[in-house]
Amino acid sequence: MRIEPGLEPNRLIEPAINVFELSKSYGETVAVDRLSFSVAPGQTVALLGANGAGKTTTIAMLLGLLSPSEGSIRLFGLEMPKHRYRVLSAMNFSSPYVDMPMRLTVRQNLRIYAGLYGIERPHERIAQLARDLDLESFFDRATGRLSAGQKTRVMLAKALINEPLLLLLDEPTASLDPDTADQLRTMLLDYQRRKGATVFLASHNMGEVERMADRVLVLNRGRLVDEGTPEELMTRYQRLNLEEVFLDIARERRHVR
Amino acid sequence: MFAEPEQSFVPAELGFDPRRSVRRMLAVMQRHLFLLTGSWPRLFELVYWPTVQMILWGFITRFLVTESSFVAQSAGIFLSAVLLWDTLFRGQLGFSLAFLEELYARHLGHLFVSPLRPWELVVAVFGISLVRVLVGIGGAMLLAVPIFHFWLPGVLGWALLPFFAMLLMFGWSIGLIIAGCLLRLGLGAESLAWGIVFLLQPLSGVYYPVKTLPGFLQPIAWCLPSAHVFEGMRAVLVENSFDLTHFFLGLLTLAVWMAVAAFFFILCFRHALREGLLLRQGE
Repeated sequence: MRIEPGLEPNRLIEPAINVFELSKSYGETVAVDRLSFSVAPGQTVALLGANGAGKTTTIAMLLGLLSPSEGSIRLFGLEMPKHRYRVLSAMNFSSPYVDMPMRLTVRQNLRIYAGLYGIERPHERIAQLARDLDLESFFDRATGRLSAGQKTRVMLAKALINEPLLLLLDEPTASLDPDTADQLRTMLLDYQRRKGATVFLASHNMGEVERMADRVLVLNRGRLVDEGTPEELMTRYQRLNLEEVFLDIARERRHVR
Repeated sequence: MFAEPEQSFVPAELGFDPRRSVRRMLAVMQRHLFLLTGSWPRLFELVYWPTVQMILWGFITRFLVTESSFVAQSAGIFLSAVLLWDTLFRGQLGFSLAFLEELYARHLGHLFVSPLRPWELVVAVFGISLVRVLVGIGGAMLLAVPIFHFWLPGVLGWALLPFFAMLLMFGWSIGLIIAGCLLRLGLGAESLAWGIVFLLQPLSGVYYPVKTLPGFLQPIAWCLPSAHVFEGMRAVLVENSFDLTHFFLGLLTLAVWMAVAAFFFILCFRHALREGLLLRQGE
């Protein structure tokens, strides 16, 4: 699989993501609590946490689909939501909570997204994605009739259609078998390396995070409780893998900062 | 707060680009056209109900022409009324269904993380609604020619154009209010899309003059652009005159309805952003 090189973020002077004191509350319930972090361009950063830790809420706020209660978000140095439409054209996302129109074929769906993102020469771009992601054998099949693995590849094609500089992925390999999940991770890493894109992903899959992430942010009950490279976290918690680190944090067996 | 950066490598969008905006709206329209043209039951449904209504009222008219001097004077009054009413109803339904399709497909999240502006989505859905009305009402209108020798543009003349436009836009304003409810309440509010417009039908004086209504309901009726359109329609058919008073009052009330609907939709959209409803739409 091959992704064509394109824009290179070699002139970047600001973090790809800069979040400061970000909070989200629903009445008395605090979903995200004074979260601050930044992500350098070209990095892959994973957001780790149990169900309800605030991962999806954080991603939704980064995407502008959810208004923060407090705090600020800057993407590529541009304040959100003030520069929302300028930033959105350079990013994309994939989430199990959002689907494509299932009655439309893969080709039709990708044509629509090409129009939405203002892709020049959309037919060429779609054909390229079909080749890169092996979509050609089911290109004219209704998206709802695809297997989970095929559907995930189509979702990835949608997420890459505008060659995003920032890719936000919420549980990208949820419900996939290990082989398909591994293929997807390979595709993502390939794209990320060729484009120098920034990838921000939320996942429960510790193996995935260990393999993909340069840095891990650990959330617990909406708060950032630890961060570091996977190796740093394993050393700090004296564990052999991230799963054990995750369990320590989720069950609050260790004092965390 | 942070200072604005002097430069960013994100492609600069120098102001609003109308060409890209049109492409985004066409993409949304294309999504719904793919859906319509890929499903013959959806296409059939577009023409089916307006045609059934037209045939029913055509036969009622044929019967009443021999029994009622009023109907005999203007034999096309019911057929005109049913086709114009369906313009309003189909206009609203076309808008609401396009919005519902996005909810069924759990697709709003993808739309709103693209550079598509909410107003572009609304304008594109207006466009799809217009296509649906032209196919549905146009089909029924054409069928009325061989069945009842009735040609709506021939009966109403150029007045058909403002009547059609005002009713369509009134349907859209109701559709926009329903879309706001769907954003706020989710698919639990789906039944509004199908039923709410029928609340306005008795007040609109579709088949009878507004003065037929009880006195306390008449001021409410005059707040509806549809009531002015149907009074105007009867003036054309019975008195052969275009009533400018009803025309301007219709425009005025329509402007108020459109403004209120847009304001309500914006409020509901902001609520959806606050509550995260764009990502988690459902029942």
